[in-house]
Amino acid sequence: MKKIISIALAAVLALSLAACGGNSDSLSGKVATDGSTSMEKVIGALKETFEAQNTGVEVTYNPTGSGSGITAVAEGRCDIGLSSRNLKDSEVAQGLVGTVLAYDGIAVIVNPENTVEVLTVEQIAAIYTGEITNWSEVGGIDAEIVLIGRDASSGTRSGFEEIVGVEDACQYRQELTSNGDVLTTVASNPGAIGYASVATVKDTVKALKVGGVAPTNETVKDGSYAIQRPFVLVTKADTELTGAAKAFFDFITSSDANEVITAAGVVPAN
Amino acid sequence: MKKKRNLLENIIHGVFLILGLITVGCVLMITIYLVISGIPAIREIGLVEFLFGDTWAPTAAQPQYGILPFILTSIAGTGGAILIGVPIGFFTAVYLAKKAPKRVKEVVGQAVSLLAGIPSVVYGLVGMTVLVPGIRRIFRIPDGSGLLASIIVLSVMILPSIIKMSVTALEAVPKEYEDASLALGATPEETWFRVSVPAAKSGIAAAVVLGIGRAIGEAMAVMMVAGNVANMPNSPFQTVMFLTTAVSYGMGYSDGLYRQALFSIALVLFLFVMLINAVLDFFLKGEQK
Repeated sequence: MKKIISIALAAVLALSLAACGGNSDSLSGKVATDGSTSMEKVIGALKETFEAQNTGVEVTYNPTGSGSGITAVAEGRCDIGLSSRNLKDSEVAQGLVGTVLAYDGIAVIVNPENTVEVLTVEQIAAIYTGEITNWSEVGGIDAEIVLIGRDASSGTRSGFEEIVGVEDACQYRQELTSNGDVLTTVASNPGAIGYASVATVKDTVKALKVGGVAPTNETVKDGSYAIQRPFVLVTKADTELTGAAKAFFDFITSSDANEVITAAGVVPAN
Repeated sequence: MKKKRNLLENIIHGVFLILGLITVGCVLMITIYLVISGIPAIREIGLVEFLFGDTWAPTAAQPQYGILPFILTSIAGTGGAILIGVPIGFFTAVYLAKKAPKRVKEVVGQAVSLLAGIPSVVYGLVGMTVLVPGIRRIFRIPDGSGLLASIIVLSVMILPSIIKMSVTALEAVPKEYEDASLALGATPEETWFRVSVPAAKSGIAAAVVLGIGRAIGEAMAVMMVAGNVANMPNSPFQTVMFLTTAVSYGMGYSDGLYRQALFSIALVLFLFVMLINAVLDFFLKGEQK
Protein backbone atom coordinates (compact mmCIF):
# COMPACT_ATOMS: atom_id res chain seq x y z
CA MET A 1 0.00 0.00 0.00
CA LYS A 2 2.80 2.37 0.98
CA LYS A 3 4.54 1.52 -2.26
CA ILE A 4 1.46 2.26 -4.31
CA ILE A 5 1.09 5.61 -2.58
CA SER A 6 4.69 6.54 -3.20
CA ILE A 7 4.54 5.46 -6.84
CA ALA A 8 1.29 7.38 -7.38
CA LEU A 9 2.82 10.38 -5.68
CA ALA A 10 5.92 10.13 -7.79
CA ALA A 11 3.76 10.09 -10.91
CA VAL A 12 1.76 13.10 -9.72
CA LEU A 13 4.93 14.98 -8.88
CA ALA A 14 6.47 14.11 -12.21
CA LEU A 15 3.36 15.36 -14.01
CA SER A 16 3.13 18.57 -12.04
CA LEU A 17 6.81 19.29 -12.57
CA ALA A 18 6.47 18.58 -16.26
CA ALA A 19 3.45 20.90 -16.35
CA CYS A 20 5.31 23.85 -14.90
CA GLY A 21 7.91 24.31 -17.55
CA GLY A 22 9.37 20.85 -17.98
CA ASN A 23 12.90 21.99 -17.21
CA SER A 24 13.36 18.83 -15.15
CA ASP A 25 14.26 16.99 -18.33
CA SER A 26 17.30 19.16 -18.83
CA LEU A 27 18.81 18.01 -15.52
CA SER A 28 21.55 15.46 -15.78
CA GLY A 29 24.52 14.30 -13.81
CA LYS A 30 25.33 12.44 -10.64
CA VAL A 31 24.45 13.19 -7.05
CA ALA A 32 26.73 11.44 -4.57
CA THR A 33 25.45 10.84 -1.05
CA ASP A 34 27.48 9.14 1.65
CA GLY A 35 26.89 8.33 5.30
CA SER A 36 24.48 6.91 7.85
CA THR A 37 23.43 3.31 7.35
CA SER A 38 20.21 4.07 9.26
CA MET A 39 19.17 6.44 6.46
CA GLU A 40 19.40 3.79 3.76
CA LYS A 41 15.66 3.21 3.49
CA VAL A 42 14.61 6.86 3.31
CA ILE A 43 17.40 7.92 0.96
CA GLY A 44 16.70 4.89 -1.25
CA ALA A 45 13.04 5.87 -1.57
CA LEU A 46 13.87 9.53 -2.26
CA LYS A 47 16.46 8.49 -4.82
CA GLU A 48 13.96 6.31 -6.70
CA THR A 49 11.35 9.04 -6.75
CA PHE A 50 13.79 11.70 -7.87
CA GLU A 51 15.35 9.53 -10.55
CA ALA A 52 11.90 8.68 -11.90
CA GLN A 53 11.25 12.39 -12.33
CA ASN A 54 14.66 13.26 -13.70
CA THR A 55 15.75 10.43 -15.93
CA GLY A 56 19.14 11.98 -16.64
CA VAL A 57 20.16 12.05 -12.98
CA GLU A 58 21.82 9.26 -11.05
CA VAL A 59 21.79 9.43 -7.27
CA THR A 60 24.39 7.25 -5.55
CA TYR A 61 24.35 6.28 -1.89
CA ASN A 62 27.34 4.93 -0.04
CA PRO A 63 26.35 3.42 3.35
CA THR A 64 29.44 4.08 5.46
CA GLY A 65 28.14 5.47 8.75
CA SER A 66 27.45 9.02 9.91
CA GLY A 67 31.02 9.86 10.84
CA SER A 68 32.37 8.65 7.50
CA GLY A 69 29.67 10.54 5.59
CA ILE A 70 30.50 13.80 7.36
CA THR A 71 34.20 13.28 6.65
CA ALA A 72 33.36 12.56 3.01
CA VAL A 73 31.58 15.92 2.59
CA ALA A 74 34.37 17.78 4.34
CA GLU A 75 36.90 16.14 2.02
CA GLY A 76 34.75 16.80 -1.04
CA ARG A 77 34.22 13.13 -1.85
CA CYS A 78 30.43 13.46 -2.02
CA ASP A 79 27.77 16.14 -2.57
CA ILE A 80 25.53 15.47 0.40
CA GLY A 81 26.61 13.77 3.61
CA LEU A 82 24.03 11.80 5.57
CA SER A 83 24.21 11.88 9.34
CA SER A 84 21.81 10.36 11.82
CA ARG A 85 22.94 12.74 14.55
CA ASN A 86 23.33 16.50 14.83
CA LEU A 87 26.70 17.88 13.80
CA LYS A 88 29.28 18.27 16.54
CA ASP A 89 30.75 21.70 17.20
CA SER A 90 34.07 20.54 15.79
CA GLU A 91 32.32 19.57 12.55
CA VAL A 92 30.49 22.89 12.26
CA ALA A 93 33.86 24.57 12.78
CA GLN A 94 35.10 22.71 9.69
CA GLY A 95 32.57 24.69 7.66
CA LEU A 96 29.77 22.15 7.50
CA VAL A 97 26.04 22.82 7.68
CA GLY A 98 23.32 20.42 8.73
CA THR A 99 19.74 20.46 7.44
CA VAL A 100 17.25 18.21 9.20
CA LEU A 101 15.47 15.93 6.74
CA ALA A 102 13.39 13.81 9.11
CA TYR A 103 13.09 12.42 12.62
CA ASP A 104 13.70 8.80 13.49
CA GLY A 105 12.65 7.05 16.65
CA ILE A 106 15.11 4.69 18.34
CA ALA A 107 13.32 1.64 19.68
CA VAL A 108 14.58 -0.08 22.82
CA ILE A 109 14.21 -3.77 22.03
CA VAL A 110 14.14 -6.96 24.08
CA ASN A 111 13.58 -10.62 23.37
CA PRO A 112 9.89 -11.54 22.83
CA GLU A 113 10.15 -13.94 25.81
CA ASN A 114 10.90 -10.99 28.10
CA THR A 115 7.93 -10.09 30.34
CA VAL A 116 8.91 -6.43 30.73
CA GLU A 117 6.75 -4.13 28.59
CA VAL A 118 7.42 -0.60 29.85
CA LEU A 119 10.57 1.21 31.01
CA THR A 120 11.21 4.86 31.78
CA VAL A 121 14.12 6.74 30.25
CA GLU A 122 15.68 6.84 33.74
CA GLN A 123 15.41 3.06 34.07
CA ILE A 124 16.96 2.60 30.63
CA ALA A 125 19.81 4.91 31.62
CA ALA A 126 20.32 2.96 34.88
CA ILE A 127 20.34 -0.31 32.95
CA TYR A 128 22.88 0.90 30.40
CA THR A 129 25.21 2.37 33.02
CA GLY A 130 25.17 -0.86 34.98
CA GLU A 131 23.20 0.31 38.05
CA ILE A 132 20.41 -2.11 37.27
CA THR A 133 21.76 -5.51 36.28
CA ASN A 134 18.83 -7.85 36.75
CA TRP A 135 15.46 -7.89 34.98
CA SER A 136 13.72 -8.50 38.35
CA GLU A 137 14.65 -4.95 39.39
CA VAL A 138 12.37 -3.55 36.66
CA GLY A 139 9.52 -6.03 37.04
CA GLY A 140 10.81 -8.92 34.98
CA ILE A 141 11.98 -12.43 35.78
CA ASP A 142 15.17 -13.11 37.73
CA ALA A 143 17.72 -13.00 34.91
CA GLU A 144 20.83 -10.99 34.26
CA ILE A 145 20.48 -8.14 31.76
CA VAL A 146 22.74 -8.46 28.73
CA LEU A 147 23.53 -5.06 27.27
CA ILE A 148 23.81 -4.99 23.50
CA GLY A 149 25.06 -1.82 21.84
CA ARG A 150 26.45 -0.53 18.58
CA ASP A 151 30.02 0.36 17.60
CA ALA A 152 31.28 3.82 18.47
CA SER A 153 30.88 5.10 14.89
CA SER A 154 27.16 4.31 14.85
CA GLY A 155 24.71 7.19 14.60
CA THR A 156 22.13 5.06 16.38
CA ARG A 157 24.50 4.64 19.32
CA SER A 158 25.45 8.29 19.63
CA GLY A 159 21.78 9.23 19.17
CA PHE A 160 20.66 6.79 21.84
CA GLU A 161 23.41 7.67 24.33
CA GLU A 162 22.85 11.40 23.86
CA ILE A 163 19.06 11.23 24.30
CA VAL A 164 19.18 8.85 27.26
CA GLY A 165 22.13 10.73 28.77
CA VAL A 166 24.57 7.87 29.07
CA GLU A 167 27.40 9.08 26.81
CA ASP A 168 30.59 7.06 27.28
CA ALA A 169 29.10 5.50 30.42
CA CYS A 170 27.55 2.35 28.95
CA GLN A 171 28.69 -1.00 30.28
CA TYR A 172 28.15 -2.86 27.01
CA ARG A 173 28.44 -6.61 26.98
CA GLN A 174 28.62 -6.58 23.17
CA GLU A 175 29.24 -3.82 20.65
CA LEU A 176 27.95 -4.87 17.24
CA THR A 177 28.54 -3.21 13.91
CA SER A 178 25.05 -3.16 12.35
CA ASN A 179 21.35 -2.84 13.15
CA GLY A 180 20.84 -6.34 11.75
CA ASP A 181 23.42 -7.87 14.11
CA VAL A 182 21.71 -6.21 17.09
CA LEU A 183 18.30 -7.60 16.04
CA THR A 184 19.77 -11.09 15.51
CA THR A 185 21.52 -11.09 18.87
CA VAL A 186 18.56 -9.75 20.84
CA ALA A 187 16.21 -12.19 19.08
CA SER A 188 18.40 -15.13 20.17
CA ASN A 189 19.03 -14.12 23.80
CA PRO A 190 16.14 -13.90 26.33
CA GLY A 191 18.13 -11.63 28.66
CA ALA A 192 19.28 -9.14 26.05
CA ILE A 193 18.34 -5.49 25.63
CA GLY A 194 19.38 -3.43 22.64
CA TYR A 195 18.43 -0.48 20.51
CA ALA A 196 17.72 0.01 16.80
CA SER A 197 15.94 2.38 14.43
CA VAL A 198 12.15 2.05 14.70
CA ALA A 199 12.05 1.55 10.93
CA THR A 200 14.33 -1.49 11.11
CA VAL A 201 12.66 -3.29 14.01
CA LYS A 202 11.10 -6.62 13.05
CA ASP A 203 8.72 -9.05 14.74
CA THR A 204 11.63 -11.19 15.98
CA VAL A 205 12.12 -8.72 18.83
CA LYS A 206 9.83 -6.71 21.11
CA ALA A 207 9.99 -2.90 21.22
CA LEU A 208 9.48 -1.54 24.77
CA LYS A 209 7.10 1.28 25.59
CA VAL A 210 9.30 4.12 26.84
CA GLY A 211 7.50 5.99 29.61
CA GLY A 212 4.37 4.15 28.49
CA VAL A 213 4.61 5.33 24.89
CA ALA A 214 5.13 2.77 22.15
CA PRO A 215 7.50 3.77 19.35
CA THR A 216 5.30 4.41 16.30
CA ASN A 217 5.38 6.97 13.52
CA GLU A 218 2.65 8.97 15.26
CA THR A 219 4.38 9.10 18.66
CA VAL A 220 7.71 10.03 17.08
CA LYS A 221 6.02 12.74 14.99
CA ASP A 222 4.16 14.38 17.86
CA GLY A 223 7.24 14.12 20.07
CA SER A 224 5.63 12.00 22.77
CA TYR A 225 8.06 9.15 22.18
CA ALA A 226 11.17 10.31 23.98
CA ILE A 227 14.01 8.49 22.22
CA GLN A 228 14.23 10.01 18.77
CA ARG A 229 16.92 11.65 16.66
CA PRO A 230 17.22 13.76 13.52
CA PHE A 231 18.30 12.60 10.08
CA VAL A 232 20.60 15.37 8.89
CA LEU A 233 21.76 16.34 5.41
CA VAL A 234 25.31 17.68 5.62
CA THR A 235 26.70 20.16 3.11
CA LYS A 236 29.55 22.62 2.97
CA ALA A 237 28.73 26.13 4.15
CA ASP A 238 30.97 27.95 1.70
CA THR A 239 30.12 26.00 -1.46
CA GLU A 240 26.59 26.09 -2.89
CA LEU A 241 25.27 22.89 -4.40
CA THR A 242 24.78 23.14 -8.14
CA GLY A 243 22.85 21.35 -10.87
CA ALA A 244 21.50 17.93 -10.08
CA ALA A 245 22.74 17.96 -6.48
CA LYS A 246 20.91 21.22 -5.76
CA ALA A 247 17.74 19.96 -7.41
CA PHE A 248 17.88 16.76 -5.34
CA PHE A 249 18.53 18.66 -2.12
CA ASP A 250 15.68 21.08 -2.80
CA PHE A 251 13.32 18.26 -3.66
CA ILE A 252 13.96 16.13 -0.57
CA THR A 253 13.73 19.09 1.80
CA SER A 254 10.47 20.32 0.23
CA SER A 255 7.05 19.23 1.42
CA ASP A 256 6.67 17.38 -1.90
CA ALA A 257 8.91 14.65 -0.52
CA ASN A 258 6.96 14.20 2.73
CA GLU A 259 4.86 11.28 1.52
CA VAL A 260 7.94 9.38 0.38
CA ILE A 261 9.74 10.07 3.66
CA THR A 262 6.72 8.95 5.66
CA ALA A 263 6.42 5.81 3.55
CA ALA A 264 10.05 5.01 4.45
CA GLY A 265 9.14 4.81 8.14
CA VAL A 266 10.44 8.12 9.44
CA VAL A 267 8.83 11.46 10.14
CA PRO A 268 9.50 14.37 7.75
CA ALA A 269 10.83 17.58 9.27
CA ASN A 270 9.81 20.08 6.59
CA MET B 1 70.40 -15.70 -35.10
CA LYS B 2 71.94 -16.46 -31.75
CA LYS B 3 72.12 -12.79 -30.91
CA LYS B 4 68.44 -12.36 -31.68
CA ARG B 5 67.61 -15.23 -29.42
CA ASN B 6 69.71 -13.77 -26.65
CA LEU B 7 67.93 -10.46 -27.00
CA LEU B 8 64.52 -12.13 -26.77
CA GLU B 9 65.63 -14.04 -23.71
CA ASN B 10 66.94 -10.90 -22.13
CA ILE B 11 63.63 -9.13 -22.75
CA ILE B 12 61.62 -11.96 -21.23
CA HIS B 13 64.05 -12.10 -18.34
CA GLY B 14 63.51 -8.38 -17.85
CA VAL B 15 59.71 -8.73 -17.88
CA PHE B 16 59.80 -11.46 -15.25
CA LEU B 17 62.17 -9.42 -13.14
CA ILE B 18 59.80 -6.43 -13.27
CA LEU B 19 56.82 -8.59 -12.34
CA GLY B 20 58.80 -9.98 -9.42
CA LEU B 21 59.84 -6.51 -8.35
CA ILE B 22 56.19 -5.37 -8.33
CA THR B 23 55.47 -7.90 -5.56
CA VAL B 24 58.54 -6.90 -3.60
CA GLY B 25 57.64 -3.26 -4.19
CA CYS B 26 54.15 -3.78 -2.75
CA VAL B 27 55.54 -5.41 0.37
CA LEU B 28 58.11 -2.66 0.77
CA MET B 29 55.53 0.07 0.23
CA ILE B 30 53.14 -1.40 2.80
CA THR B 31 55.97 -1.88 5.29
CA ILE B 32 57.27 1.65 4.86
CA TYR B 33 53.74 3.10 4.97
CA LEU B 34 52.88 1.18 8.15
CA VAL B 35 56.11 2.18 9.88
CA ILE B 36 55.77 5.85 8.89
CA SER B 37 52.12 6.11 9.89
CA GLY B 38 52.45 3.85 12.93
CA ILE B 39 55.42 5.48 14.65
CA PRO B 40 54.01 8.98 15.43
CA ALA B 41 51.21 7.75 17.70
CA ILE B 42 53.57 5.41 19.56
CA ARG B 43 55.92 8.36 20.07
CA GLU B 44 53.13 10.55 21.37
CA ILE B 45 51.61 7.92 23.64
CA GLY B 46 54.89 6.33 24.69
CA LEU B 47 55.91 2.80 23.71
CA VAL B 48 55.53 1.29 27.18
CA GLU B 49 52.15 2.89 27.82
CA PHE B 50 50.96 1.90 24.35
CA LEU B 51 52.02 -1.75 24.54
CA PHE B 52 51.41 -2.36 28.25
CA GLY B 53 48.61 0.07 29.10
CA ASP B 54 45.55 -1.92 30.07
CA THR B 55 42.87 0.67 29.21
CA TRP B 56 41.69 1.44 25.70
CA ALA B 57 39.37 4.45 25.72
CA PRO B 58 40.18 6.56 22.63
CA THR B 59 36.90 8.48 22.59
CA ALA B 60 36.74 9.28 26.31
CA ALA B 61 37.21 12.82 27.62
CA GLN B 62 40.69 11.80 28.73
CA PRO B 63 41.72 9.34 26.04
CA GLN B 64 43.79 6.31 26.94
CA TYR B 65 45.54 4.20 24.37
CA GLY B 66 46.70 0.98 26.02
CA ILE B 67 46.55 -2.01 23.67
CA LEU B 68 47.59 -4.73 26.13
CA PRO B 69 44.00 -6.12 26.13
CA PHE B 70 44.17 -6.53 22.34
CA ILE B 71 47.61 -8.13 22.37
CA LEU B 72 46.67 -10.59 25.11
CA THR B 73 43.35 -11.34 23.41
CA SER B 74 45.04 -12.02 20.08
CA ILE B 75 47.57 -14.29 21.79
CA ALA B 76 44.91 -16.06 23.87
CA GLY B 77 42.55 -16.42 20.92
CA THR B 78 45.22 -17.73 18.60
CA GLY B 79 46.69 -19.99 21.30
CA GLY B 80 43.27 -21.41 22.07
CA ALA B 81 42.54 -22.00 18.39
CA ILE B 82 45.87 -23.83 18.05
CA LEU B 83 45.14 -25.90 21.15
CA ILE B 84 41.83 -27.09 19.67
CA GLY B 85 42.62 -26.96 15.96
CA VAL B 86 46.06 -28.59 15.88
CA PRO B 87 45.18 -31.96 17.46
CA ILE B 88 42.06 -32.29 15.29
CA GLY B 89 43.91 -31.17 12.17
CA PHE B 90 46.97 -33.31 12.90
CA PHE B 91 45.11 -36.58 13.47
CA THR B 92 42.85 -35.89 10.50
CA ALA B 93 45.94 -35.41 8.36
CA VAL B 94 47.55 -38.66 9.60
CA TYR B 95 44.31 -40.51 8.91
CA LEU B 96 43.92 -39.01 5.44
CA ALA B 97 47.53 -39.52 4.44
CA LYS B 98 48.05 -43.03 5.79
CA LYS B 99 44.91 -44.88 6.74
CA ALA B 100 41.87 -43.58 4.88
CA PRO B 101 40.48 -45.59 1.92
CA LYS B 102 40.74 -43.73 -1.39
CA ARG B 103 37.03 -42.90 -1.50
CA VAL B 104 36.95 -41.46 2.01
CA LYS B 105 40.12 -39.52 1.34
CA GLU B 106 38.58 -37.93 -1.73
CA VAL B 107 35.37 -36.93 0.03
CA VAL B 108 37.09 -35.59 3.16
CA GLY B 109 39.69 -33.84 1.01
CA GLN B 110 36.92 -32.10 -0.92
CA ALA B 111 35.18 -31.11 2.31
CA VAL B 112 38.40 -29.63 3.67
CA SER B 113 38.91 -27.63 0.47
CA LEU B 114 35.36 -26.39 0.71
CA LEU B 115 35.95 -25.37 4.33
CA ALA B 116 38.91 -23.29 3.17
CA GLY B 117 36.73 -21.57 0.57
CA ILE B 118 33.94 -20.45 2.90
CA PRO B 119 34.08 -16.65 3.36
CA SER B 120 34.92 -15.59 6.88
CA VAL B 121 31.71 -13.55 7.18
CA VAL B 122 29.78 -16.81 6.86
CA TYR B 123 31.79 -18.32 9.72
CA GLY B 124 30.90 -15.23 11.70
CA LEU B 125 27.21 -15.47 10.87
CA VAL B 126 26.98 -19.13 11.82
CA GLY B 127 28.95 -18.36 14.97
CA MET B 128 26.57 -15.56 15.85
CA THR B 129 23.31 -17.45 15.25
CA VAL B 130 24.32 -20.98 16.34
CA LEU B 131 27.49 -20.98 18.41
CA VAL B 132 26.86 -17.96 20.67
CA PRO B 133 23.35 -19.07 21.77
CA GLY B 134 24.72 -22.62 22.08
CA ILE B 135 27.46 -21.55 24.49
CA ARG B 136 24.91 -19.52 26.46
CA ARG B 137 22.69 -22.58 26.94
CA ILE B 138 25.45 -25.12 27.62
CA PHE B 139 27.25 -23.04 30.24
CA ARG B 140 24.06 -21.38 31.56
CA ILE B 141 25.49 -17.86 31.31
CA PRO B 142 23.62 -14.68 30.32
CA ASP B 143 25.48 -14.27 27.02
CA GLY B 144 27.59 -16.66 24.96
CA SER B 145 29.71 -14.25 22.95
CA GLY B 146 33.34 -13.65 23.81
CA LEU B 147 36.73 -15.32 23.88
CA LEU B 148 35.54 -18.94 23.83
CA ALA B 149 33.22 -18.37 20.87
CA SER B 150 36.06 -16.68 18.98
CA ILE B 151 38.45 -19.53 19.76
CA ILE B 152 36.01 -22.13 18.45
CA VAL B 153 35.35 -20.17 15.24
CA LEU B 154 39.08 -19.62 14.70
CA SER B 155 39.95 -23.26 15.36
CA VAL B 156 37.55 -24.37 12.64
CA MET B 157 38.91 -21.73 10.28
CA ILE B 158 42.53 -22.87 10.65
CA LEU B 159 41.72 -26.57 10.11
CA PRO B 160 42.03 -26.51 6.29
CA SER B 161 45.53 -25.02 6.23
CA ILE B 162 46.76 -27.40 8.93
CA ILE B 163 45.22 -30.50 7.35
CA LYS B 164 46.26 -29.77 3.78
CA MET B 165 49.87 -28.90 4.53
CA SER B 166 50.29 -31.80 6.96
CA VAL B 167 48.87 -34.29 4.45
CA THR B 168 51.31 -33.03 1.82
CA ALA B 169 54.21 -33.35 4.25
CA LEU B 170 53.19 -36.86 5.35
CA GLU B 171 52.74 -38.05 1.78
CA ALA B 172 56.20 -36.79 0.90
CA VAL B 173 57.81 -39.18 3.39
CA PRO B 174 59.74 -41.79 1.33
CA LYS B 175 57.90 -45.11 1.25
CA GLU B 176 61.18 -46.94 2.02
CA TYR B 177 61.21 -45.50 5.54
CA GLU B 178 57.80 -46.96 6.28
CA ASP B 179 58.55 -50.24 4.52
CA ALA B 180 61.70 -50.62 6.58
CA SER B 181 59.80 -49.93 9.78
CA LEU B 182 57.08 -52.44 8.89
CA ALA B 183 59.70 -55.01 7.89
CA LEU B 184 61.29 -54.68 11.33
CA GLY B 185 57.98 -55.76 12.86
CA ALA B 186 56.43 -52.39 13.83
CA THR B 187 52.64 -52.12 13.51
CA PRO B 188 51.26 -49.61 10.97
CA GLU B 189 50.25 -47.27 13.82
CA GLU B 190 53.74 -47.39 15.31
CA THR B 191 55.15 -46.70 11.87
CA TRP B 192 52.97 -43.64 11.32
CA PHE B 193 53.70 -42.00 14.62
CA ARG B 194 57.34 -43.11 15.10
CA VAL B 195 58.59 -42.92 11.51
CA SER B 196 56.28 -40.94 9.19
CA VAL B 197 55.41 -38.10 11.56
CA PRO B 198 59.00 -37.45 12.73
CA ALA B 199 60.14 -37.52 9.11
CA ALA B 200 57.46 -34.95 8.21
CA LYS B 201 57.81 -32.88 11.36
CA SER B 202 59.13 -29.71 9.76
CA GLY B 203 56.25 -29.71 7.26
CA ILE B 204 53.73 -30.25 10.05
CA ALA B 205 55.34 -27.50 12.11
CA ALA B 206 55.06 -25.20 9.11
CA ALA B 207 51.37 -26.12 8.85
CA VAL B 208 50.84 -25.13 12.49
CA VAL B 209 52.65 -21.83 11.99
CA LEU B 210 50.53 -21.14 8.92
CA GLY B 211 47.44 -21.81 11.05
CA ILE B 212 48.69 -19.34 13.66
CA GLY B 213 49.15 -16.76 10.91
CA ARG B 214 45.61 -17.29 9.67
CA ALA B 215 44.14 -17.10 13.17
CA ILE B 216 45.97 -13.96 14.24
CA GLY B 217 45.05 -12.11 11.04
CA GLU B 218 41.35 -12.95 10.98
CA ALA B 219 39.04 -10.01 11.62
CA MET B 220 35.57 -10.42 10.16
CA ALA B 221 34.49 -13.69 11.74
CA VAL B 222 35.72 -12.85 15.25
CA MET B 223 34.17 -9.39 15.01
CA MET B 224 30.76 -11.06 14.90
CA VAL B 225 31.22 -13.34 17.92
CA ALA B 226 33.81 -11.67 20.18
CA GLY B 227 31.55 -8.85 21.47
CA ASN B 228 34.10 -6.14 20.56
CA VAL B 229 34.59 -4.60 24.00
CA ALA B 230 38.17 -3.79 25.03
CA ASN B 231 38.21 -6.07 28.09
CA MET B 232 41.14 -8.10 29.40
CA PRO B 233 40.75 -11.73 28.31
CA ASN B 234 40.52 -12.93 31.91
CA SER B 235 37.77 -15.49 31.34
CA PRO B 236 36.67 -17.57 28.35
CA PHE B 237 33.27 -15.88 28.54
CA GLN B 238 34.60 -12.33 28.63
CA THR B 239 33.72 -10.21 25.60
CA VAL B 240 36.97 -9.11 24.00
CA MET B 241 38.52 -7.24 21.09
CA PHE B 242 41.35 -8.55 18.91
CA LEU B 243 44.19 -6.54 17.33
CA THR B 244 42.54 -6.98 13.94
CA THR B 245 39.04 -6.04 15.04
CA ALA B 246 40.31 -3.00 16.95
CA VAL B 247 41.67 -1.64 13.67
CA SER B 248 38.72 -2.44 11.42
CA TYR B 249 36.24 -1.36 14.10
CA GLY B 250 37.70 2.11 14.50
CA MET B 251 38.94 2.84 10.98
CA GLY B 252 35.60 4.12 9.68
CA TYR B 253 35.22 7.13 11.89
CA SER B 254 38.33 7.78 13.96
CA ASP B 255 40.39 10.93 13.61
CA GLY B 256 43.47 12.55 15.09
CA LEU B 257 45.55 10.56 17.52
CA TYR B 258 42.94 7.78 17.61
CA ARG B 259 43.39 7.14 13.89
CA GLN B 260 47.16 7.25 14.18
CA ALA B 261 46.96 4.78 17.05
CA LEU B 262 45.04 2.39 14.80
CA PHE B 263 47.98 2.42 12.38
CA SER B 264 50.24 1.69 15.33
CA ILE B 265 48.06 -1.31 16.21
CA ALA B 266 48.32 -2.43 12.59
CA LEU B 267 52.09 -2.09 12.87
CA VAL B 268 52.14 -4.28 15.99
CA LEU B 269 50.00 -6.85 14.18
CA PHE B 270 52.32 -6.65 11.19
CA LEU B 271 55.33 -7.33 13.40
CA PHE B 272 53.53 -10.33 14.90
CA VAL B 273 52.89 -11.73 11.41
CA MET B 274 56.50 -11.04 10.37
CA LEU B 275 57.68 -12.96 13.41
CA ILE B 276 55.42 -15.86 12.50
CA ASN B 277 56.70 -15.83 8.93
CA ALA B 278 60.29 -15.86 10.17
CA VAL B 279 59.46 -18.92 12.27
CA LEU B 280 57.79 -20.54 9.25
CA ASP B 281 60.87 -19.82 7.17
CA PHE B 282 63.03 -21.42 9.83
CA PHE B 283 61.01 -24.65 9.73
CA LEU B 284 60.91 -24.82 5.95
CA LYS B 285 64.68 -24.30 5.73
CA GLY B 286 65.10 -27.06 8.29
CA GLU B 287 63.22 -29.39 5.97
CA GLN B 288 65.54 -28.68 3.08
CA LYS B 289 68.61 -29.69 5.14
